[in-house]
Amino acid sequence: MYLVRVNMTDRTYQVTDIPEAYRHLAGRGFTSSVVAAEVPPLCHPLGPNNKLVFAPGFVTGTSAPTSARCSVGGKSPLTGGIKEANAGSSWAADLAVMQIGGLIIEGKPSKKDEYWGIHITWDGKPKVEFFDATQYTGKQLSQVFPAIYEKFGERISVCSVGAVAELGYSNAGVVFNDQEKRPTRYAGRGGLGSVMASKGLKFVVLDRAGAPGVEIADKALFEEGRKKMIDALRSHAITKPKGGLNTYGTAVLINIMNEAGGLPTRNFSSGRFEGAPKIAGEAIFETVKTRKGKEIYNHACSPGCIIQCSNTYYDENGEEIASCVEYESDWALGANCGIDNLDDVARMVKLCNEYGLDTIETGTTIAVAMEAGVIPFGDSKGAINLIHEMGKGTPLGRILGAGTATTGRVYGVTRVPVVKGQSMPAYEPRAVKGIGITYATTTMGADHTAGYTIAPEILGVMGKQDPLSPEGKAALSRAFQATTAFIDSTGHCLFIAFAILDIASGYQGMIDEVNGVLGTHWTADDVLKHGAQILKTERKFNEAAGIGKEADRMPEFMKTEPLPPHNQVFDVPDEALDSVFSEL
Amino acid sequence: MKIQVKLFASFGRYRPGALPGMPFELELPEGATLRDLIHQLGLPVEEVKVCFVNGRVEELDYTLSEGDEAGIFPPIGGGCLP
Ligand code: SF4
Repeated sequence: MYLVRVNMTDRTYQVTDIPEAYRHLAGRGFTSSVVAAEVPPLCHPLGPNNKLVFAPGFVTGTSAPTSARCSVGGKSPLTGGIKEANAGSSWAADLAVMQIGGLIIEGKPSKKDEYWGIHITWDGKPKVEFFDATQYTGKQLSQVFPAIYEKFGERISVCSVGAVAELGYSNAGVVFNDQEKRPTRYAGRGGLGSVMASKGLKFVVLDRAGAPGVEIADKALFEEGRKKMIDALRSHAITKPKGGLNTYGTAVLINIMNEAGGLPTRNFSSGRFEGAPKIAGEAIFETVKTRKGKEIYNHACSPGCIIQCSNTYYDENGEEIASCVEYESDWALGANCGIDNLDDVARMVKLCNEYGLDTIETGTTIAVAMEAGVIPFGDSKGAINLIHEMGKGTPLGRILGAGTATTGRVYGVTRVPVVKGQSMPAYEPRAVKGIGITYATTTMGADHTAGYTIAPEILGVMGKQDPLSPEGKAALSRAFQATTAFIDSTGHCLFIAFAILDIASGYQGMIDEVNGVLGTHWTADDVLKHGAQILKTERKFNEAAGIGKEADRMPEFMKTEPLPPHNQVFDVPDEALDSVFSEL
Repeated sequence: MKIQVKLFASFGRYRPGALPGMPFELELPEGATLRDLIHQLGLPVEEVKVCFVNGRVEELDYTLSEGDEAGIFPPIGGGCLP
């Protein structure tokens, strides 16, 4: 595998073998290790000393199912700490097929407002060429992507950032193409899009023609693992064809979180939204069925996904509004803003994709602005307008683009649902205590993907736990966080977890696949250790950046304001929060 | 006794024409359990994954009372993603 370093100060690059120390790291493990080793923790996230790191997972680019994910890492402008965000795209698979185990973007051009693209091809090894991309800036992404495909050919894959990244917003994501060449798959959280733009980098275009593919050390073992994984995904009710995810998409969670009283509503002031059924995955499926005249099951965001959870939403004339309306986006721009107009929620998702915004941070920011009285709760047209303000870079838009915490400060709002500067996603910590522990303690700032205890607390996957009880949840969150850090390194989409946490042979299948590729002999124990090591590395970086255990806390209102309908506060003691890392 | 029922995801097919998740009222004999409710609705009990009563997860032998709100789900998942 190769390591490609691109220096944006002088537009040079280097291709070397992956250093020995990084040999057995991939995905999140790779990006976080490089950031910890090479980025000064106190550097400015948008300055020349931050780095942006891309890494495919261990099995990305192989025939392992649902594995085309790429991690993006750096120091986050939103949290000031380490960040890993990932997305599924053919781009990830192409990077791996070109045997690029890591792509590191360094430096910063001295001239402002000059943007470049890099075009990576295979020429016996990876070859990098620079092209002037200034003409593509300041535009909506769906205008820009077709031009890039036209310039470099249909078989490429594209990574880019939107106009809001060029403005340096802390809520700007990094976007990748989907299977229809649309700019829709985001490594969204933490503002890494602005890190990329700060380096004058607008595109990373990959052309895999002639590339040799991923080397597999033990093909028989890999095949065995792959089969176990496929069997698990095909048989589990959540991940199988026409199962829950394939039919209703991730927004199927709207109703169950609402039932559990844990769907954050109107800026985290209630756990129940009366409009929930109107924006839920079931409503998306039924609306599309009516408007297109047939049942449409979901599609894959990236090559080789057999779960296929991604939807496309259409207007009354059958014209596409957006792809994809995910649970988190649907909630952030819907329930959390008191909005039950699904068409407008989809329009907002589309606008976020066009401007390059993280949908979660955008929705939670609008909700805080609503709380402040900028527009009323439920005003979907006003919310659409606020997204345009962000996209256009008006003074109000720039405040909102700085994120939920900043907007709360500017308007003097006390109910601001953030940890380490990053807003909470779609699960109420006062109604689901384990996920609150994950929000508080993960190195990422409030993040559900870091340790998805929702599985046992709400969904009955991997056992059943009472969501309202804090008992034993620190250990639960710790175990999930370590396992997740490993899954995030495999290149598999996290959704495989539903199947492999329930079906033991599927879990073994994941380990076999990785051992097959690397030629290692890792056990389930080693997997947990590997995950734990990644967490420790990230934690150390954060501590050096001034983000210690004092930052592993919930905002005050969660401890003082009881949340209807269960009328609970977040009652996990600080010692329990501290034990997540002290006992790791 | 009367209770409020909500059916979700694929169970919506047992209430054709209504949006899944919209509550409807049902008359049940006193002392009926969640299992009895599921039986009366004709849902395949082996497909039932999680039941809520008034926002709390309850097991199938839970005894319902007048005015309870019951929500019944098949296996579902998602949301590990933005
Ligand atoms: S399960 Fe969904 S998000 Fe994950 S890789 Fe497949 S389509 Fe993409």
